Parts: sequence; structure tokens; C-alpha cells
Amino acid sequence: MRMLFEPLKPIPPGRKVALGILGFAIFFALWALATYGGWVRPLFLASPGRTLVTGFELFTEYNFIVDVGVTIWRVVGGFLLAAAVAVPLGIAMGAFKPIEAIFEPFVSFSRYLPASAFIPLLILWAGVGEAQKLSVIFIGSVFQLILMVAVIVGSVRLDLVEAAYTLGARRNGIVLRVLLPAAAPQIFEALRLVLGWAWTYVIVAELIGASSGIGHMIMDAQRLLDTGQMIFGIFVIGLIGLISDFLFKTLNERLFPWYAAK
Amino acid sequence: MSKLRIQGVSRTFPGVHGGPPVRALEPVDLDVADNDFITILGPSGCGKSTLLRIVAGLSEPSTGQVLLDGEPVTGPGPDRGMVFQSYTLFPWLTVRENICFGLREKGMPKAQQAERADFFIDRVGLRGFENHYPKMLSGGMQQRTALARALANDPKILLLDEPFGALDNQTRALMQELLLGIWEQDRKTVLFVTHDIDESIFLASRVVVMTARPGRLKCDIQVALPHPRDYKIKTTPEFAAYKARLTEEIREEAIKAIRTEG
Repeated sequence: MRMLFEPLKPIPPGRKVALGILGFAIFFALWALATYGGWVRPLFLASPGRTLVTGFELFTEYNFIVDVGVTIWRVVGGFLLAAAVAVPLGIAMGAFKPIEAIFEPFVSFSRYLPASAFIPLLILWAGVGEAQKLSVIFIGSVFQLILMVAVIVGSVRLDLVEAAYTLGARRNGIVLRVLLPAAAPQIFEALRLVLGWAWTYVIVAELIGASSGIGHMIMDAQRLLDTGQMIFGIFVIGLIGLISDFLFKTLNERLFPWYAAK
Repeated sequence: MSKLRIQGVSRTFPGVHGGPPVRALEPVDLDVADNDFITILGPSGCGKSTLLRIVAGLSEPSTGQVLLDGEPVTGPGPDRGMVFQSYTLFPWLTVRENICFGLREKGMPKAQQAERADFFIDRVGLRGFENHYPKMLSGGMQQRTALARALANDPKILLLDEPFGALDNQTRALMQELLLGIWEQDRKTVLFVTHDIDESIFLASRVVVMTARPGRLKCDIQVALPHPRDYKIKTTPEFAAYKARLTEEIREEAIKAIRTEG
């Protein structure tokens, strides 16, 4: 036991994967025990097997893949819109203190406004179509992202900036060829985090006034008390999140080999 | 004629918590002749780095001015190359790209950049490492790259702020020989800040000693040891005589520095 639990001691990669799988196995075992063992009634919680079967039916009979596609498109669309605004503005705020002084108080205030509270207002303004869904995700992500990017750019090592000055760099050179490349891996990391949050907003947006999407399917399933469908929908979201996380991490290592192995 | 003139340069920092302002540097006058290698020797916190930063244009003097070839210094620029004590290579650039940084900022054609980089890669003995990222290099190699990066820009004067301070003793001795070898070939004007007595004698044609805080110039000693010098000179009686004298000068200041800190 002493050998296994030493503070901060790394473990071999093979064991790490095995333990990760064990974590999932424990979860499914507890779930199976609760449902098959009769501890929880099927009305409240479908069994793992039942969930898998309903999931299969969702794809074969209810064309669930379209819902998944619609939801992904909303998340990615809203997220890209937020990134398109937040990354340049965050860089400008991090690099130039007067710009930070203008925007920082307002953005700090805005990020505490819950995106879900805007839904009724957004329905009024944009209806129940795609514009409203994208707006919810946009509002939920953009302010957080602006602040994260501004902090990342603002905390680039000053001695690197000074070294660049003594090598003849001027304002544009400092921003484009020092601050930007120095901050890029962490900005990328911030985007990965915010994409995760965008998933929670899209489902909230789809619970109200939607006719497609994973969130809409979950709402429909609630009416029929089909816990299998609900759980399956939630799992699909988790799975997509896991995949997008993995893609981001792989891309990060590819794009920034100088940073990754820290 | 003097390459660099430091005229009445002083630096005062505003007081902390309403305290009285702190004088870091008393007015300093120093003339540096073309092709001279001057070391500025002083105890920690005497303001020698502050003086160097003012020459680099990274800090502003509270009084006085710095003239380079008769032109007043108003900010950092590529005519004054600098090597810092901290490792300031751009981590996202390879050794070669780091050396080309200043040349790229200047807009030099790619082919010419490569030729110049090659020359300096050989000069500092980094052949075979030109495509490595800084994190893959030892401290000594990083500082050699930083030296090559500053030299490639062909500055009028080279400013070195304890560049070997973070290196182990053996590496430090080798770096001193490397730097001196380069200087013996090009006779680039150098201003080198250090608190290491051996280093200050071995490298310099002139050692300027600074007092404890607030720093001012205490004495100015010509080092008449012949060139080319190698490590063996450090054990000659002539070297020992310089060392004995400078040890007395600097010891007195170090004692004062300890008392005022306490």
C-alpha cells in the first residue's frame, strides 16, 4: 500500500489507463446493481441494458443522429462565434492596458449574467430558431473567454517582451510575434474548456422551445417517462465531450510541440 | 572618441506605502571607448543592473542621459544588444529561429538570415542543435544561443546582465572563454555586469566597481593583462594582484550592503 500511494509519484501509463477503465467499470457496476438488484424501480432509472436498447432504437427508429448533428452544429456554431469575438478582443485587452480598462469592468459584470436567464428574452428577440440557440451559447461563452484570453496574454513573461525590444521589435512585432505565439497554447487550452461549458448551454437552450436536438429529445422522453432515452441522451453528450477534448489535446500537441512536454 | 557616454544618470524609485523615495542609483558618469570591454562589478542590489537597463532603454533614468555615438537613448533598440540573466529565448522558436528573430524584425531576406544564423551557430558552437527548441537545451547552451541572437543583430554595443549568473562554475568558466574569444576577434564594445570578481578581471580591459546601494562608481581599474587570454591566466601573480585589490574594494561594499539590508 505504501508503494502504491506515495504523494505526487507518477504511475506507469498502462496502469493509468487500466485505473481509468476501472473507474467506469465501478460506475456501471453500481448502476447495474441498483437497477437489476431491484433497489430502484425502472420508472425512475432504466437499467444499463435497457438504456442501450433504447439508444439503439433512438438511432434506428427515431433518426436520433439528426438530433445529434443539429446539437453539434449549434455548439460549434455558437462557440466559433464567441471565439471570433473573444480571442481578438482578449488579445487586445491583454496587450493594451487602456483597452483592458475600458472593457474589463463591463465584461466582468456580464460574465455573471446567467445565459439561461436570457432564454425568454432571446426567444422574444430571435424567436425559437437557430439564431436564439446560437445566442444562448454565445452569451454563455463569450465573456468568460474574453477574460481568460486577456489574462493569458497579459501574463506573458515580461523578459521575453524586453528581449524582443532589444532585438529591434516594435509594437506590432511585439503583439504578433511575441505575445501571440507565447500565449497561443494556453488560449487553445481556454477554448477547450469553454467548449465544454458550451455543451451545458446548448442543452438548456434546447429544453425550451426547440423541435430538434439532444435536449429536445430528452424533453420528449420525459413526457413518456422513458428514463432509458434520457440517460442515453446524457451519455451521448458526455461521449461527444470526451471526443472533442481528445481532439483538442491532440491538436494542441501537434500545433505547439515546444509547449506540450512541459 | 567615446562610443557610449553615461552622463549624470540616476534612478529613484517612489516610496512604498507613503515612505520616502528610494535612491537606487546615485548620478553616474561613465565613458566607454569604442572596442572596450568594461565589466561593472558590484554587490547585489547596488543598482548595476538598473544602470544597464537604462543604457538598454528598458528603464528611464530619473536624471541624466545616455548617449550612443552622440545620439541620446530614448528607448530600447537593436543598436544595443542585450543578454539577460534569466533565460529569455523564445520557447516557440528553434535555436536557428531565435537567432534570426532580430533579422526578421529588420526585414532581412530569408537567405541572408540563414547565412548569418549559420555563421553565429558555428561561432558559439551550437552546430547540430540549430533545430532544437530551448526547453531541450542546457542553461549554458541557452545562453550561448542568446549571445548568438544578440550578436547576429550586429549591435553597436553588447550589454550583458550577469549572463552566466545562473550557470554552474565549470560551464561559467567555459562561457567566459567563449565570450572572450569572440571579443578578441571582433572587438565589439561590451558592457558586462557581474558580482563575480574573477569574471570581472578575466574578461575586462577595464573594471568599474560600484558601491553598495545607493550605487555610485567607486573606482575604475584598467586591466593590463595581455590578450589573447585563456583560463591559465587566472592563476598568474598579476591576476592575483588584481583580485586582491578588487576583493578589498568589493568586500567593504558587501559589508555595507549587508548592514543596510539588516
